Amino acid sequence: MGFPHPSNMPTMTLDQVQKNQSARIEGFIGDDVVLQRLMEMGLLEDEVIEVIGFAPLGDPMEIRLRDYCLSLRRSEAARVRVVILP
Amino acid sequence: MIATPTPTVALVGNPNTGKTTLFNALAGMNQRVGNYPGVTVETKKGRLKHCDTAIDIIDLPGTYSLAPRSPDEMLTVNLLLGHDTAEPAPDAVITILDASNLERNLYLMTQVIELGRPVVVALNMMDVALSQGLKIDVAKLSQRLGVPIVPIQANKGIGLDPLKAAVLQAILDHQPAAGPTFSEAFEREITRLREVLTSSEPNYLLRRLLLDVGGHTEKTLTKKHGATLANAVASARQRLIASGQVLAGIEARVRYAWIRQAIAGCIERPAVRPVSMSDRLDRILTHRFWGTTIFLSVMFLLFVAIFQIASPAKWVLDLGRAQLAEWIVSALDPGPLRSLLIDGVIKGVGAVVVFLPQIMLLFAIIAFLEDCGYMARAAFLMDRLMARAGLNGKSFIPLLSSIACAVPGIMAARVIENTRDRLATILVAPLMSCSARLPVYSLLTVALLPAEAFGGLIHPLVMFCLYLLGLILAPLIALILKSTLLRGETPVFVMEMPLYKMPSFWTIWRRSWESGWMFLRRAGTFIFATMVLVWAALYFPTRDFEQRIAVFEIEMEGKENDKKKPYEEKINELQAEWKQQSILGQAGKWIEPVVRPLGWDWRIGVAALASFPAREVMVGTMGILFAQGEGDIEEDEYRNDMNSAIRDAHWPGEPDRKLFTIPVALSVMVFFALCCQCVSTLAAIRRETNSWGWPIFTFVYMTVLAYVGAFITYQVGSLF
Repeated sequence: MGFPHPSNMPTMTLDQVQKNQSARIEGFIGDDVVLQRLMEMGLLEDEVIEVIGFAPLGDPMEIRLRDYCLSLRRSEAARVRVVILP
Repeated sequence: MIATPTPTVALVGNPNTGKTTLFNALAGMNQRVGNYPGVTVETKKGRLKHCDTAIDIIDLPGTYSLAPRSPDEMLTVNLLLGHDTAEPAPDAVITILDASNLERNLYLMTQVIELGRPVVVALNMMDVALSQGLKIDVAKLSQRLGVPIVPIQANKGIGLDPLKAAVLQAILDHQPAAGPTFSEAFEREITRLREVLTSSEPNYLLRRLLLDVGGHTEKTLTKKHGATLANAVASARQRLIASGQVLAGIEARVRYAWIRQAIAGCIERPAVRPVSMSDRLDRILTHRFWGTTIFLSVMFLLFVAIFQIASPAKWVLDLGRAQLAEWIVSALDPGPLRSLLIDGVIKGVGAVVVFLPQIMLLFAIIAFLEDCGYMARAAFLMDRLMARAGLNGKSFIPLLSSIACAVPGIMAARVIENTRDRLATILVAPLMSCSARLPVYSLLTVALLPAEAFGGLIHPLVMFCLYLLGLILAPLIALILKSTLLRGETPVFVMEMPLYKMPSFWTIWRRSWESGWMFLRRAGTFIFATMVLVWAALYFPTRDFEQRIAVFEIEMEGKENDKKKPYEEKINELQAEWKQQSILGQAGKWIEPVVRPLGWDWRIGVAALASFPAREVMVGTMGILFAQGEGDIEEDEYRNDMNSAIRDAHWPGEPDRKLFTIPVALSVMVFFALCCQCVSTLAAIRRETNSWGWPIFTFVYMTVLAYVGAFITYQVGSLF
């Protein structure tokens, strides 16, 4: 489903990114309305995302992309494959 | 040439772009709310004037995308297309964009362009963009996008005239812009789909049909055109997926690529994004400790505010009511008219007006929290907790407010965008123990439970348990509803965290005033009508009771104060007998077999029935039925009389059998904790869901729940 996932790349999803880390979107897992919604909000391949933080109860998380801040649940963020930027 | 005598322009935009502010600035006081069957959203209509030309303006609900997933979102698309609605398509569309967040805002604009109407862009929040170091070349951007752009500052009313001029010009020119184009393979599939249609459909909807898997367009169009279309859509999607496309991404990729290309060279960004005030505030307000502490304090203040405003409002009302009643008594002879005015009309009006201060205050607070940007943070902090009940973070404030009163709570559920989450919140909000239950609780606990039990803590303990009952059941029922009646895909909780800003006084005032007015107009009539009906059911048939009571009243007037007591008792007895023989009293006797398993006699049954307008009415009805008259339970003497009347009450015809045992009292309290004997709540649900089905459903499920709860309480309690 979705994008091919080369086995030599370290698997990392957006929900695993730490606070204050930046990451670049590599691809997505699946093909459904959740992804459609995320993509409408501007989460697309090659976009750089900064994780601002997590809610006190650990979920949801807040990210910055394309000049604005967005909150999403970790279960949704887990659908986004990323590479951490230094 | 202008096509229609009064051209119409629609206003669309993302949430948090100042759309409502712009609409208010354009339409002024000249606005009204439009309702459409089957949807819960409201569209506002207004009229603006520019150089002697009038233009009708429609404010559509704020949205990030025109991919309809619910009837509500479908309405927006249909209104813009002039499809399936009574109105023609608007002559032009104003798209308001947040200049500080251009890329994502332009996404919606590219969809609007595709609808084929002339588009004018209102570029708002240029000041915020500047403060972030963003420089936008408006002229160049306008040329690239192919639409006129007018920079505005909606909150200061800057740029409105140029905007109106641009709209008129756009209507005259009637030049639809060209947006992004989809791949050839995709357009081929659209052509194929068009061939299997039984009647023609707008191109935009055909694209939606293919793109939105399980979306609302798919549901309506396949229903309209039959299985052939459904099959054609399925195989078209198959072919697209086989060619290596992800359906969910087709549209976003095309649009964002087009946007990036269009704005390249039109925006200058600073090399390093400056840390803004908003960033710093966000750090604190979403902080694990500080964020939670501030959140709890804000919620506590909100709760206290709406809880506290209820009692002075009620006091003023009672005063006015007493004055009016006195005046009517002196002006009119006893009879149906006097009784209707005093017990029907004045009480009915009072029952409506008493909610106004709470509703207006709650909405002022909500408008403040939304306008300054805190609402999104509150939802962010609470989401995890509410998600366990199948709801989302935005359900927190409506449910919290419902502890004071379900009516403003239900109205507050408007902040929840997701229709199913909103509905679930509305349906469980009345389970939260509201302040109207307090008189019932306190009457029975004080009368029957010895204050010294459990180290003097028995009263607060019982009260606490009754509150807890609602707090536990509300999320539980929400969860059940979400997995049965309101089942569907888990809504996506992607929520913008808008920049913090100074809230505007006018926005807050307007929201507060509008919600109050709306309640009066839509729910008020319903509440009033029910109050009058219940009055009639307790009044008729009158026989000669009214005259007999009047005789005693006149006789009593001549007596000295210490000799009035026997007359009062006689009057109270007559009142009780009258109510027994009234329509409602007879209905109560008739339903006695139903309430017996709860440990109730017919009088408790009648009190429960008569409390349909509002739970606290139960106390007054009990007073009449137990021959104590209808007095003020806050008054010591009356309360003591009531307490002993309740303690001494026995089963009709069985003088040795006490009516109110502790299991019976608990059963009554549990019933009132869980039932929906509150016509205002039902009226609010009717208004907010725009249907009769949901209030009826709420009434039925809560009554069943209350009955079962009371049954278990009584039966289990009787074992001890």
